[in-house]
Amino acid sequence: MNHWIIAPVILPALLAPFIVLVMRHDLSLQRIFSTAGTAVLTAISLVLLYTASTNPPEVYFLGNWPAPFGIVLVLDRLSAMMIALTAVLALLVQLYAIGTNWDAHGKHFHALFQFQLMGICGAFLTGDAFNLFVFFEVLLIASYGLMIHGGGANRLKAGVQYVAYNLVGSTLFLFALASIYAVTGTLNMADLAVKVAELPAGDAALMRVGAVLLLLVFAVKGALVPLQFWLPATYSFAPGPVAALFAVMTKVGAYAVIRVYTLIFPPDTPSTGLLFADILLPAAIVTLIIGAIGVMGATGLARMVAFAAIGSMGTLFIAVAQFTPDALTAAFYYLVHSTLATAVLFLVVDLVQDRRGNDSLRAAAPPFGQHGLIAALFFGGTIAMAGMPPLSGFLGKLLVLDATRGPDMAMIWTAILVTSLITIIGFSRAGSQVFWKAHATTTTQARPEGKAEPLAFAVVFALLFALAALTILAGPVTDWLADTSAELFDRAAYINAVLPTAKE
Amino acid sequence: MELLVASAVGMMTACGVYLTLRKRTFPVIVGLALLSYAVNVFIFASGRLAIGLPAIITSDAAGYTDPLTQALVLTAIVISFGMTALIVMMALGAFLETGDDYIGMEKDTLPQPTPPQEGKK
Repeated sequence: MNHWIIAPVILPALLAPFIVLVMRHDLSLQRIFSTAGTAVLTAISLVLLYTASTNPPEVYFLGNWPAPFGIVLVLDRLSAMMIALTAVLALLVQLYAIGTNWDAHGKHFHALFQFQLMGICGAFLTGDAFNLFVFFEVLLIASYGLMIHGGGANRLKAGVQYVAYNLVGSTLFLFALASIYAVTGTLNMADLAVKVAELPAGDAALMRVGAVLLLLVFAVKGALVPLQFWLPATYSFAPGPVAALFAVMTKVGAYAVIRVYTLIFPPDTPSTGLLFADILLPAAIVTLIIGAIGVMGATGLARMVAFAAIGSMGTLFIAVAQFTPDALTAAFYYLVHSTLATAVLFLVVDLVQDRRGNDSLRAAAPPFGQHGLIAALFFGGTIAMAGMPPLSGFLGKLLVLDATRGPDMAMIWTAILVTSLITIIGFSRAGSQVFWKAHATTTTQARPEGKAEPLAFAVVFALLFALAALTILAGPVTDWLADTSAELFDRAAYINAVLPTAKE
Repeated sequence: MELLVASAVGMMTACGVYLTLRKRTFPVIVGLALLSYAVNVFIFASGRLAIGLPAIITSDAAGYTDPLTQALVLTAIVISFGMTALIVMMALGAFLETGDDYIGMEKDTLPQPTPPQEGKK
């Protein structure tokens, strides 16, 4: 049994209380330990990524209890990829928070950050549905603290909405898990996969209720219409680096959908069939459209980026809703890309807010310090987000378009292409409002000072560099991702790894 | 007993949903608490209802009640209790910062007229 599998959960779980208890009064010590912890987490996640890409799914039995009685963690290519993505993003975002002094605006930033990482990594690793709920709660409760970091009336109000929304989501999650448990008598994902396949016809109705409730919960997390209402206010009022880290939180919802609906309820399940694809596809298309309209209509930069994030979730779920290996490969590529692109944009918006004093798109403000440099970074980020060549957004959307050939092709292609155009127009409008019209203002106000924040700018450049690398290495990356989706569709390997005695 | 438990879950969920949709934070929090009670009973019932049976199988017991749902419900109670405490603190913070407990953002139209008996003005 490979004990490194549990390291991404244990490391932040131990580091966070250590930071709270031992060094709560010393910010520089917190910064050193927390950054070192995240760096080690990144190293471990890269090692796990390498292990997972050479080995079949590996299982970690907690307390050495055999599945399905104990909780298991499962490392396969998908979970290794998600953890590596989280760790890399977290390291960069943390450096940004240190470089801009965001972590000094309130207490316990680093401890909450580590707890957040624990929850996210746990959610990606776990092979038990109830344990997934517990890790969702861990990541949520840390995100509540991070979201209101720095305080302020608007942020607190948006925070209350966010918590209330997610508490309803958690309640739904419990209803779903209880219905599934009532039918199958198990909550281990591999065991569920076996039990659901041999479910008697009489239990199919309750199973469908549980499965659709579960989809609703993941739709809340993944900001799928009509459950996306929490996202714009939360992301636009959260501190910039926190919003950038939250870019990976919506992906937890997408990951859960992919995991549960390929492993437990694959399209050939008699009790559920293609029910999910039929629900998911229209919702995803509407999500994409709402996101594009929001980008067009937003009155602030941060809100605009939040809507762009909703739109990218729409594109991602369109690919997921196909439930074919090709479409999942495209979905994974787009998932990695959109996480990085959303993070870049939130960080750039934070740089603008910090220098300009606000991010309003209604009134033109005079140029601020480092105007040209930030404008260039914004330009790069929006090119990636909108899906224009030469960055990875273009390739991601091409892959999605290519994978959605079929009966719904006309609708999907129209939606993706038209919303891309609307998003490009929305971004250009925002860019010219903030960066170009600034030169035309004739106020006599003093030009806001620029701040030399080399670390913060280096992080944004590093994220853009990662996007460029994702574009250049698109060939090898998609080959690797194709193997990943092939592994997802090979359910027997996963089930055999968890339940060595199972029939399948 | 099934009817009683089922109607209790249903009533609590209905009241919880109604209260959660209110415009002020206090009813919303009470609604969330009711929803979590409802789901706790629901989880408990998902292991089948049994009266007077032990949770551990022994050779002389007539049967047993599912112990796993009891563990699940305990976890759910702890989590929902902690979350409710957290949202109370956050709502209190938002109330003290802004001076009202309206749950929408400030740009949204406030419910008019404001009840005169609450607050000083």
